[in-house]
Amino acid sequence: MSVRAQTLIWLAQRASAAVLALCVMVHLATMIYAVKSGLSAAEILGRTRGNYAWFGFYALFVLAVAVHAPIGLRTVIAESFGWRGTVLDALTVATGIALALWGMRAVLGVFV
Amino acid sequence: MSNEKPAATGAGSGASRAALNVRVWRGAGEGSFQTYEVPRQESQTVLDVVTHIQRVIDPSLSYRFACRVGVCGSCAMNVNGKARWTCRTHVEKVAADGNLEIAPLSNLPVIKDLVTDMKEFFDKWARARGRFAGARTRDDDFARVMPDSPQRRNVDAGIECIGCGACYSACDVVQSNPAYLGPAALNRAWTLHNDVRDVMRVERLASVAGDAGCHACHTHTSCSERCPKQISPTLGIAGLKRAAAVAALSGEI
Amino acid sequence: MKNDFRARIHPAWWAFALHRASGVLLALFLPAHFWLLGHALQSAAALDDVLQWTALPVVKFAETGLVLLLAAHMTGGIRLLMIEFLPWREWQKTLLALAAGASVAIGLAFALNVF
Repeated sequence: MSVRAQTLIWLAQRASAAVLALCVMVHLATMIYAVKSGLSAAEILGRTRGNYAWFGFYALFVLAVAVHAPIGLRTVIAESFGWRGTVLDALTVATGIALALWGMRAVLGVFV
Repeated sequence: MSNEKPAATGAGSGASRAALNVRVWRGAGEGSFQTYEVPRQESQTVLDVVTHIQRVIDPSLSYRFACRVGVCGSCAMNVNGKARWTCRTHVEKVAADGNLEIAPLSNLPVIKDLVTDMKEFFDKWARARGRFAGARTRDDDFARVMPDSPQRRNVDAGIECIGCGACYSACDVVQSNPAYLGPAALNRAWTLHNDVRDVMRVERLASVAGDAGCHACHTHTSCSERCPKQISPTLGIAGLKRAAAVAALSGEI
Repeated sequence: MKNDFRARIHPAWWAFALHRASGVLLALFLPAHFWLLGHALQSAAALDDVLQWTALPVVKFAETGLVLLLAAHMTGGIRLLMIEFLPWREWQKTLLALAAGASVAIGLAFALNVF
């Protein structure tokens, strides 16, 4: 991977972190509010089903996580196990795609 | 910044006042600590202790020093686990209880005893393009650099580096990512990046960016904690991260 | 020679350790989180089947732990963004205290509501 690509990956992690900072604040506030009366499907789905605002919010959240987490794991793996190179980079991309798909499935699940 | 307070210096604090119990690393990669008893003196530095051992107790002890006044940067060692310039580290400050453990710097190959091979450390300065490149000749006028300009202030903050290697020794990223250029080389690159006369800005940013460069820094700030000149390489590295990211976005690097 | 733990005993190093540990744990939790919510694709009843576990005190305890991890990773991350992108100088230790305080407050607010 070129130095430019490595730098852009770093930037992508920081940019997604900035998005996540906002998303996580909303998420934490929602959770603290939502667990008050116990978690139930009716309550969660009542909030999210057909609601485009929540759908947009969670879609953005999932995509930011799908960018952020794999880049972080790539660094942790490289530093902890000394494993670097193309295979690790490919695995990073694969993890990101998997998280995005898996996460969007969940977002769709509570939307439709 | 280290903020250990000097120990009480009052008389009569017991036997530890008379002698120091000093454990010194002997050997190369394979080796062990050996214990020496060194008489305690007033205003004694850790380098004084090492010198006493070599001159009075065991002449086979190898260590490195030159100026003894904190200028040359050759006497840094791990003292009780922390990298320090030994010539300006008072025993009173780091070994109030009379116990000293002296080891070679971390993250560098040990040649023998307290002497490390600094080759990789300085090679990384070269790799970070830690060398000034100007475009003026003797026929040109002097460059005018305002002392209070932001760039000049950035240079001031990092320029006093003596190349002792304490930051490099304390850096956990160097340990887990051996290609990482390290705090000293990046601090040097940052001072040159801010030198308005320098003409290698883009090449230097390309050299210090990415996984082996500034973007690998995790802001542990161990380098800033350990720098005997109170430089914060962390700050300069953050500046390089931003500058290189902008250069990567604009396609300069 | 390896780095000595005695050189790591300072607040910013502990902040790093917490940020790394919480990041890895949160990443490992994500697939489980997505799997759970994915049950809603089948039916609300399927989601409720999984959600009933959250009534168990041990699960509530684990949830509080996750909230703390998330809050710690977020506040620690904001601190890093501020150090890397703002022309900051000497208030980094205040930032650390703010990050720690905010994380604990968020964790407590969650714990008070969930139990």
